[in-house]
Amino acid sequence: MTNKYLDKHVLLRNKDIPNIRDINVYIAHGGYDALKKALTVMNPGEVTQVVKTANLRGRGGAGFPAGVKWSFIPPNVKPVYVVVNADESEPGTFKDRELMGENPHQVIEGIILCAFAVGAERAYIYGRGEFKNTFVPLKKAIDEAYNNGLLGKNIMNTDFSMDIFLHLGAGAYICGEETALLNSLEGYMGQPRSRPPFPAAEGLYAKPTVINNVETLSNVPPIILNGSDWYRRYGTERSPGIKIFSLSGHVKNPGNYELPLGAPLRYLIEELGGGTMSGLPIKGILPAGASAPMIPPEHFDVMMDYESMAEANTTLGSASFIVMDETVDMAWAAEKMVHFFKHESCGKCSPCREGNYWLEQVMHRIRSGKGTSFDIDLLTKITHQMTDNCFCPLGEFAVNPINATIKHFRSDYEKYITL
Amino acid sequence: MWSEKEQRELEKMLPQYNTKRSAVLSALYLAQQEKNWLDDDDIKAVADALDLTVTDVHSVIGFYTLFRKEPTGKYIIQFCTDLPCALRGATKFYHELAEQLGLPPEGGTTDDNMFTLEEVVCIAACNNAPCCQINLDYHENLTHEEMSNILSKLRAKSEKESTTQP
Repeated sequence: MTNKYLDKHVLLRNKDIPNIRDINVYIAHGGYDALKKALTVMNPGEVTQVVKTANLRGRGGAGFPAGVKWSFIPPNVKPVYVVVNADESEPGTFKDRELMGENPHQVIEGIILCAFAVGAERAYIYGRGEFKNTFVPLKKAIDEAYNNGLLGKNIMNTDFSMDIFLHLGAGAYICGEETALLNSLEGYMGQPRSRPPFPAAEGLYAKPTVINNVETLSNVPPIILNGSDWYRRYGTERSPGIKIFSLSGHVKNPGNYELPLGAPLRYLIEELGGGTMSGLPIKGILPAGASAPMIPPEHFDVMMDYESMAEANTTLGSASFIVMDETVDMAWAAEKMVHFFKHESCGKCSPCREGNYWLEQVMHRIRSGKGTSFDIDLLTKITHQMTDNCFCPLGEFAVNPINATIKHFRSDYEKYITL
Repeated sequence: MWSEKEQRELEKMLPQYNTKRSAVLSALYLAQQEKNWLDDDDIKAVADALDLTVTDVHSVIGFYTLFRKEPTGKYIIQFCTDLPCALRGATKFYHELAEQLGLPPEGGTTDDNMFTLEEVVCIAACNNAPCCQINLDYHENLTHEEMSNILSKLRAKSEKESTTQP
């Protein structure tokens, strides 16, 4: 029993099975059985249909249904590419690093299944540059897969052939945005593209491309093996399945925890996380790193699925929960997050580039005791000028830390105002 | 540095991509591998190898944080003080480390050119703060004692390398 809500791990199987990163151990525990099933008794359309019926929603943050994304690939345009978004950079998120480093074959099997479903012969794993050494076990696993006839020509002696290539970015949060990632993979600055055209029509090298997160693809082998009905037994009607929750900050036991979607936030924080290190009450929780509005105490009973989080005026995003106890100065925390977004803004559009610059300047003025009460409202005004005006989600999300902390913890700002 | 060895490595990678340009980050990593930074000759070599202009390659280098155009220490310590790590004492740890290395709070390179210390944002190891990467190797759940041991080992390794070099 992994926890109250899950018998055993479906994604982080490395926590139950020692050395599952070795291909023989993975195969001995049912690894590549889903691929065998897909290649021998299913056609590509059926694979897509099972993922669609399972309603596997993208785990990178946006929550868009993966099977629907796959079905957008036009049937008659070749080549098709699969690109794996392994540019995990959201503050507080560290799930993909564990999946790739500790259970890499499940990632690889998910990629092959996706490529089979959409008719791709090439997949690129785009990892953040800082993952250079995380890629070592992944590279080893890819080599093992080639040596076992699971990648390359005529996989499992069928007509299906494909290759996986590893590609390292070089330090840019924006490359987690899928069109910026494509530009980066093509050797350009990682700035987002305008959509449409969407990557399914014109993605990598202007060809149809599916881009999925590492965790999303790790869900695919168990779904294909056990079926969509099995998967939908977990989670809620509209947010089915299993998710990894990265827990960090002031908790006793930080780490990655696997739970069905819709599990209670309190269970994650108090039972699995062990509550706060200090024993002091929690002041606020960030549910999706720096990008989503902070959860104030009145919403600590929320369930962790896409819909319930939206009702609590926030988002599930990448499900990276950063816990802060009552000693935290929320103006300090917001300044940290503003600094992050200012540092990571790609500079393409002025609302994000200038907005984040000025948010940081004004935040710094307030925090250094040189601000006036006008400055708190000025922060809000800057966020209004950014909202709905930025080219991509980075700038749109950057206003969340400021707006939520001013709304719920205004006194943390006001205490700096002496002028 | 760009020699025949780097050229060969690059040529092995090119078939993975539809365009030469796609290999620009990989080529820059190869060029930067030996001394941790890129000089004008390296940049020109990468541009020539991929049929790009030098200006084009500069634009890419300027965009990404892991490429450097200034000399650095032999070991680059990228210490995370982003929010999740800061909540677990990383900022204090970072400042103490800077002091131990005789560096100002904003970091920099030690006089012997052994270590460059930098404050960075999230490196996806928040559960194991305080944490850092040294030449992209992870070091997690750090204590000052462990950090001192790591730095001593790297110093010893560097001395050994310099005495065994022809």
